[in-house]
Amino acid sequence: MSDKNKPSKIILEPDQRKQLVNLERRFLLRGGLTLGAVAMLSGCNLQDGDEVDRVLWAMSHWNDRVQAWLFRKDKLAQTYREDQITRPFRFNAFYPEYNVPDIDIPNYRLEVSGKVDKKAPWTLEQLQRLPQAGQITRLICIEGWSAIGQWRGIPLKTFLQHIGADLTAKYVGFKCDDRYYSSIDMATALHPQTILALEFDHKPLPPDFGYPLRLRVPTKLGFKNAKHIAALFVTDQNPGGYWEDQGYNDFSGI
Amino acid sequence: MPAVRRRAFHALPVRVCHWINVLAMVGMVMSGWGIYNASPLFNFTFPLPLTLGGWLGGNIAWHLAVMWALAANGLFYLIWGVVSGHFRQRFFPLSPRAVGRDLGLALRFRLPHQLTEYNAVQKAMYLGVLLCGVLLVLSGLSIWKPVQFSGLVALFGGFDFARYVHFFAMSGVVAFVVIHVVMVLLVPKTLPRMIIGGGGEEPSNER
Repeated sequence: MSDKNKPSKIILEPDQRKQLVNLERRFLLRGGLTLGAVAMLSGCNLQDGDEVDRVLWAMSHWNDRVQAWLFRKDKLAQTYREDQITRPFRFNAFYPEYNVPDIDIPNYRLEVSGKVDKKAPWTLEQLQRLPQAGQITRLICIEGWSAIGQWRGIPLKTFLQHIGADLTAKYVGFKCDDRYYSSIDMATALHPQTILALEFDHKPLPPDFGYPLRLRVPTKLGFKNAKHIAALFVTDQNPGGYWEDQGYNDFSGI
Repeated sequence: MPAVRRRAFHALPVRVCHWINVLAMVGMVMSGWGIYNASPLFNFTFPLPLTLGGWLGGNIAWHLAVMWALAANGLFYLIWGVVSGHFRQRFFPLSPRAVGRDLGLALRFRLPHQLTEYNAVQKAMYLGVLLCGVLLVLSGLSIWKPVQFSGLVALFGGFDFARYVHFFAMSGVVAFVVIHVVMVLLVPKTLPRMIIGGGGEEPSNER
């Protein structure tokens, strides 16, 4: 990763931040459940957050399976015309805009690991020389809003083939320079519209939208489109993700 | 009391579906309000105590868990209602004129509540809320899987429009529930009938 030696703009350490978010989530979930329980089933004991939590996680895993089954590898997301692009496009991250990471572009390397033959890191120039594909598609946020944007980059399938990835492995995981991490299933990774984007709106990716490299996957919810990707790995163990580990649905296909 | 065979006004499947639906709808509406709050369509949000799940991830987890109960229950009810003739017997015949007439009577408090048959306003309300339910499920599928169900999204006029359809169908159901509950409060003897089935409370010296 290129910003390893730089002082962080984010004040909390990752572990502290994670703990804080988890605590917050736990408290809110319990609070919500208790109020919900009172409103819904005043006689039944829904107060035990852990028990209900377990059921909700189990249902979420069941929904993962249904979504994987619904996913069609040849079904393309709708594409739009240039004049339908949302301007200005919306900034969205798990931190405010002033915390967008500084990345040392000249020293940037994309690290590659896991079930792949060629583990050499990639420079931006090398990435730019690979075949590129563009798209104007709708990014849909889990919050409900959506925005149409133009991206261009390397089809992830092409990249995986270049690094000799085991295409029968289950997941492709991403580690990012803003401490974000996420993953997608292999079927989605091989989808023709899933790209490692280098450009946004015909220009190199701006800092707000994930420079120098981001995932653009129009068959998944927005939070799966990892920005500022520093490392990519292929694995059979579900790597989870920043939001996935807190309770957002893991598959989150659309 | 004359020995009249008391046939339940509400058949068992109606009562079971009704109460499962009450729980599922409350869960769906409360968690849905939480999801709405994350990106409101209008200039208001729902108070936190009226939402279920505590945070967006919790709201969605509830919404996508309870939806299975709602869908299974709704599907069973629709199939049973058609096959058993329940819908035909209870909701038809129905004409706009009859609805207009009964609505006029109801607004002047002149419409007597019949325990054995629905008046035209009731029929229209029940059919309307069923339609809202179907719209809710279809628009919900469009929002959940806009790529896989792209045909459905196109039918609703796009992703953004499907969100509005989902919201207004929810509003229709909630408006129905408010009126429905007020009616039960006004005619409380209908409540036990939805629990135990009820019988011929009407003077039943005729068979």
